[in-house]
Amino acid sequence: MAAQVFAYIVHKNGVADDTALELVSAARNIFPDTSPTAIVTGSGTDLDGVCNDLAASFGEVWKFDHEALAYPNAEAIRKLLMAVLPADAVVLFPHDTFGMDLAPGLSIKLNSVFVSDAAGFEGLDGNNLKVIRQEYSGQVSTHLMADISAGAVINVRPGIFQPDESRSAGGQVVDKSSKIGDLSVGRRFLEVVEAEAGDVDITKEDILVSVGRGIEDQDNIEIAEELAEAVGGVVSCSRPIVDAKWLEKPRQVGTSGQTVKPKVYMALGISGSFQHMGGIKGNPYIIAVNKNLKAPIFQIADVGVVEDLLDFVPVLTEKIQEGK
Amino acid sequence: MEILVCVKRVPDTAENEIEVNRDGSDIERDDLVYSVNEWDNYAVEEAIQIVDKVGGAVTVVSLGDEDSEEIVRREMAMGANNGILVSDDAFEGSDGKGVAAILKTVAEKGSYDLILTGAQADDGAGQIGGMLAAMLDLPYASVVNSIEVVSDSQLKVGREIEGGNQELNEIGLPCVLSIQTGINEPRYVGIRGIRKVASVDIPIWGAADLGLDASNVGQSAAGVKRVDYFVPEFGEGAEILEGSDEEIAEKLIDLLKAKGGIK
Repeated sequence: MAAQVFAYIVHKNGVADDTALELVSAARNIFPDTSPTAIVTGSGTDLDGVCNDLAASFGEVWKFDHEALAYPNAEAIRKLLMAVLPADAVVLFPHDTFGMDLAPGLSIKLNSVFVSDAAGFEGLDGNNLKVIRQEYSGQVSTHLMADISAGAVINVRPGIFQPDESRSAGGQVVDKSSKIGDLSVGRRFLEVVEAEAGDVDITKEDILVSVGRGIEDQDNIEIAEELAEAVGGVVSCSRPIVDAKWLEKPRQVGTSGQTVKPKVYMALGISGSFQHMGGIKGNPYIIAVNKNLKAPIFQIADVGVVEDLLDFVPVLTEKIQEGK
Repeated sequence: MEILVCVKRVPDTAENEIEVNRDGSDIERDDLVYSVNEWDNYAVEEAIQIVDKVGGAVTVVSLGDEDSEEIVRREMAMGANNGILVSDDAFEGSDGKGVAAILKTVAEKGSYDLILTGAQADDGAGQIGGMLAAMLDLPYASVVNSIEVVSDSQLKVGREIEGGNQELNEIGLPCVLSIQTGINEPRYVGIRGIRKVASVDIPIWGAADLGLDASNVGQSAAGVKRVDYFVPEFGEGAEILEGSDEEIAEKLIDLLKAKGGIK
């Protein structure tokens, strides 16, 4: 089957997101010979830079330039895509907060299947695409079969596919702005409120002692603080700790928090969801302490301790203090 | 404001180790602790807080088997005014679209100004809210972490976007929002609260009650079908340290020193 494959390009300040070239690899994982078409929406000169840069990696780059697209509004872009995509299109988005906003509804309007947060593809059998996903916070994986005969909208997990750096497609930029029709929306973008800075900047620390749900209670945070003090690091955390208001938002590591690049990352009672791990860059040495051996963190960490952190960490802290 | 909140009963991943069953057809469901999906619980709390401010009523609906009644009742104990259980053998095996199609008929049986879902549930797909909005032709915002009622016809909503930033939008009513955790602090539900609603009648609606053609939902209509569950073969994974806590601590200190983990 020769469905046309499209990749929606997330970009900012004139630069395409890392996911742009990951989607090329993802597309070739589904259709080995495909040269996908990039869809780039935006406004002004930034847009041309992004498009020109992508041309080498895509069969074609479709440019949509309109002032109403200056900030990516999922509703407006959905209207645009409904007008320009062929009926059996396979459309890939990164599974980020924009892809989550747009893609499920788009699949309804295109009357095609939707696959969320795909972490791998295992080939096409006729019109049936075999997809790998993770469920239950990454504790188990599942194979899905998606019937793509009427097209598909697929959100691809960022960071899974190696970016295609070959720049071998030799495509060209096609200005499709004249195809833009009605972009009126029921949801109007106002502004982005930047995250507040905290009392410490965890993005600049070499040693992070990071706590997750396994800390169980706000009073136990001091167990992590004592360890952090003993090793000369600072305390960071995963999302549930911020949701519970036990630590401030600037301490949160993850795609919806800070991106950190320490030398050593100690994950205490953290399951290791991809949203959390997505905030850790630079390949640090990762130590995991978790009482659940099935926690995905043990697949990623360098060294693991299968223990309740509330029992183990005080012992570790005491030993470190003794040695000083 | 009339608010519909869609809630799901899920295995509590904070309380359970999720394992694949012997033939890979499902997760091992014996002895699992179930609860209301965490994101949905925040959505119910948010709905209650909105109604407390501007008036109206909160209706909670859950699609599932008869056991889902317990979470509907729990959310009513929190303060939701009405509860509905949507249950029918014909709904089993529905994919995201099937679930959204069923919920659409529930939404259309009422007259709601606002429909809330959790941003995601146990399968992590985060798809129902967006699909439901598109089917109802209503505006939608995902991963919402703040809601301010501006007027009878408009909300100001914050979306949690990358890097801990927040995207503010104006959105017209009626609309559909998917709620992110952390938007509020869900209230505690005690035994007394549960007792108060113990005898409240919760209607059960099936395909016929909703005017749904059973061939349009369930396994046969699903464009996305589950093949199996499995545990992926990763590389080597972490080296697991063995021994007493003291022995492990000493090994770990050596490793920390070697890797620059102790200043």
